[in-house]
Amino acid sequence: MAKLRTRKHKVVLSRGAGGDFGINLFLVLMGTFMFLPMYYVIAQSLKPLDELWMFPPRFYVESPTLSNFGDLFTLMSENYVPFSRYIFNTVFISVTGTFGNLLLSSMAAYSLAKLVFPGRKFFFELVVKSLMFHQTVTAIANFLTMSNLRWLDTYYSIIIPAFCTSMGLYLMKQFMETGVSNEVLESARLDGASEFKTFWVIAMPMVKPAWLTLMIESFKGLWNAGSSIYIYSEQLKTFNYAINQIVTGGIARAGVGAAATVIMMIVPITVFIICQSNVIETMGSSGMKD
Amino acid sequence: MSNKTAAKSSTSKKEMSKLQWTWKEMKKNKTAYFMLAPFMILFFTFTVWPVILSIVLSFTDFNMLEMPNFLFLDNYIRLFLDDDIFMLAAQNTLIFACITGPVSYILSLLIAWFINELGPKLRSVVTLVFYAPSISGSVYLVWQTLFSSDSYGWVNGTLLNLGLIDDAVLWFQDADYVMGLCIVVALWTSLGTAFLSFIAGLQNVPRHLYEAGAVDGVKNRWQEFWYITLPYMRPQLMFGAVLSITQSFGFGAIVTALCGFPSVDYAAHTIMHHLDDYGGQRYEMGYASAIAVILFVVMIGANTLIKKGLSKIGQ
Repeated sequence: MAKLRTRKHKVVLSRGAGGDFGINLFLVLMGTFMFLPMYYVIAQSLKPLDELWMFPPRFYVESPTLSNFGDLFTLMSENYVPFSRYIFNTVFISVTGTFGNLLLSSMAAYSLAKLVFPGRKFFFELVVKSLMFHQTVTAIANFLTMSNLRWLDTYYSIIIPAFCTSMGLYLMKQFMETGVSNEVLESARLDGASEFKTFWVIAMPMVKPAWLTLMIESFKGLWNAGSSIYIYSEQLKTFNYAINQIVTGGIARAGVGAAATVIMMIVPITVFIICQSNVIETMGSSGMKD
Repeated sequence: MSNKTAAKSSTSKKEMSKLQWTWKEMKKNKTAYFMLAPFMILFFTFTVWPVILSIVLSFTDFNMLEMPNFLFLDNYIRLFLDDDIFMLAAQNTLIFACITGPVSYILSLLIAWFINELGPKLRSVVTLVFYAPSISGSVYLVWQTLFSSDSYGWVNGTLLNLGLIDDAVLWFQDADYVMGLCIVVALWTSLGTAFLSFIAGLQNVPRHLYEAGAVDGVKNRWQEFWYITLPYMRPQLMFGAVLSITQSFGFGAIVTALCGFPSVDYAAHTIMHHLDDYGGQRYEMGYASAIAVILFVVMIGANTLIKKGLSKIGQ
């Protein structure tokens, strides 16, 4: 047996210097690979016109300017659908969709995690199965459903399906199972609280990390929603769609495109920074039993 | 309440048939169904029903205008025997999924493991650096700027400047490069929910297990990882695998955004694009449904296989 390393009576885990070096090198290289493109967008968005047209292209900015952001707003206000409309669409879809998802998923999750009734296993199994295929599979049939419901080209076609993400229910249910103690619920019921009240007043505040996670999951999907086969009207299209139009507009719009991308990415990243510790806490219970 | 009802029902269970008992239990738990209903109604409408409908439609020639005719397996036969582009798409999809799936899974796990021993502050910064590309929407379009086809793209500019190439390379318009580039970009955006789940899983492994391991003769971090960490976080590994597989089949949007649709010589044409082509543009819903069903079967199959494999870890 290897000699046990201890320091102040605590076991010291073996960490070879070579391994440490290799791991740090790997992290630095991968981190650079991940970060450089992000940095490049930000740099591009701050470059004045003459620096954008410089050869060879540079990674740093000599005289940063916000003019690209100004140009973005001018460009978008000349569009026949005003810029603000795209932003409104994205914000409206993201907020309502996320809120509905939170409400419906936590209600269903509470029922599946904390109540015993025939069929609960079946329903949960179904949700887990649905995590296993990508939404492209359902797109065609949903197009027909939307068309029958006369929801094509309305906000409903985007918002309502966002209410029932399997991921949201899954994470919420897993977290409630460990994060909400049955004793507390039991005593609330003995005090005469209705099941719904127990859920709303007792359980929900206990799973705050999970609903922050669910919100970020749902929000990132909706915020980043681009063009959809359910929407034709320019007035109903999203910010992300508008940005793609600008960015793919080529070099002439490089700075403006970068500015738009920066606006687009800054929101989810900020939300994540705020919620990070809660998200990690929720993910702790995300494991799947086989 | 639930304890009492459970006790009561188990005594009366013998006197009733199973069906009656179930019905009684269901009535007793009305609230449970009531709370589950809003989610489940939508879930069935937009996730379960589409799968059933797709399977049914895949046997017909439904095109949204005429009454559908029953074709039985004709759509599938046409896909596999007559549709060269589908075969190309299937091949591309498999290459794409077989690379991005495992690589993103292993990268997520390794990086999560490597950053696990950093201090909490540094760890959250590093987590953000790796996670950010996956939540930043269409930020992946920056790759188009980096690999722009003129000399103002950073890659072309640098290569030209170094004299490695004489003319700007049309990266995303060149059939030799598109697939590789798309895979790189897809990987760049792929450290998502599974990555976070691994980070959390690693943090939950109790330290005393490692200490016990060290006492039992675990010599280095690799053994520790293999014998202690991995078996302990198997549920997370399972969850991450499901997400990685699903994700690896869903990169169609990135490909379309980067290479346009259709991509040059169909070099990055995937099943998702083929589906969109027939469903979203030609309205051949029956045929598109057959494509969707194949995609569905492949994804469920891959998941089942991987799940079986993972359940062997640490046994």
